[in-house]
Amino acid sequence: MAYNLTVSPDFAPDHISGWYFFNTWLQRQLEVGVHLELYDCFEQQRKDIRSDKVDMIYANPYDASMLVRELGFKAVARPKARPDETVIAVHADSPYNTVEELPEGITVATTDDPDVHTMGMIMLEPADLDKSNITTKEVDSYVVVAKNLLNENAQVGFFLKDGFDELSDLIKRQMKVLVSSQISVVHHVLLVGPKMQEFIPTLQERLFSMHQDEKGQGVLSSMDLDQWEPMTEEETEFMIDLIDTLVLE
Amino acid sequence: MSDQDTGETREVTINYYDGTSRAAEIVDREVPYPDGKLIVSRTDPNGIITHANQAFVDMSGYTREELIGTNHYILRHPDMPAVAFAGLWETIEAGKKWHGYVKNLRKDGAYYWVKATVIPNIRNGKLVGYTSVRRKPSRSKIKESEELYATLM
Repeated sequence: MAYNLTVSPDFAPDHISGWYFFNTWLQRQLEVGVHLELYDCFEQQRKDIRSDKVDMIYANPYDASMLVRELGFKAVARPKARPDETVIAVHADSPYNTVEELPEGITVATTDDPDVHTMGMIMLEPADLDKSNITTKEVDSYVVVAKNLLNENAQVGFFLKDGFDELSDLIKRQMKVLVSSQISVVHHVLLVGPKMQEFIPTLQERLFSMHQDEKGQGVLSSMDLDQWEPMTEEETEFMIDLIDTLVLE
Repeated sequence: MSDQDTGETREVTINYYDGTSRAAEIVDREVPYPDGKLIVSRTDPNGIITHANQAFVDMSGYTREELIGTNHYILRHPDMPAVAFAGLWETIEAGKKWHGYVKNLRKDGAYYWVKATVIPNIRNGKLVGYTSVRRKPSRSKIKESEELYATLM
């Protein structure tokens, strides 16, 4: 029987090959077939998750809530020192230097990444901005968010901090950061669905020592991760509670 | 900083809902909420703090050791009407999410405003505590809240 692995669509395109290396590594460790399915958008991935087509997922924290509380997934590991933080940036020549100066009616370039969008909207609240008095322009990637700022098709852009940091210096120099979140306890998590839970002990043993051998370390660095670390059930529930306080009021 | 700040100091006795009270020195000085941060704390079902993140420690002026094991009402500012907290407890004890604007008292007597959200933590169908997340409010919401709370005192 083959299992299905997928990855939250917000990973950087540069690391696609890393996830294929990880899939190969995983099959060797578990001695079972695992198929890696990558998605361009969150919507299609969520549809397949609901249709029971996913057994293991590197999930973003927003989706972790549905996966754990509704679908019985369990957290097996989290990436060490890789919190998900959000950056709000504007064009370098923008007249705005703080979030509070942003006026109603601005256009915000954003992606379909639910965490970044939620945190971005929260960081606009000090300016009394919400979905009723701004226009959002959803685009496919952080590079396109940046392009919208540089072409002045949007006044404000939301970025995953890692996505922002990976932009070229040439692009970054043409933007200025108004605010960068410092939450530190919200991060992606590797989750295993009900059909694969018998593998959790082996999986954790191998994942937590993965950075100690050369091959494992190579796979990790190709995914831009340093190492996996344990995440307890309570830590997972805590992160989900925190996300719940931030969404839908 | 609020337009109303005078920097003046006053001695106040703060009475809590459980019948206890404490004398506090109140300084009319606002400490600005830091950009991009969330203040996160958890309590047990009785409101005793079990977790405090660094932003909470920094903004409250207490050490983490001082906060853990203390009732969350240590942050209650005397300018906050009791009815606001009664509404909070009524909402979360009914298992629902509460949010509102709160003026918090720091250890040094100064204050800071937050937009707070509190949710019950349910594990295996049982209430094990509450998580509270505070974020930066807008000046207009602070002004509205100051005016409203003044009428409820």
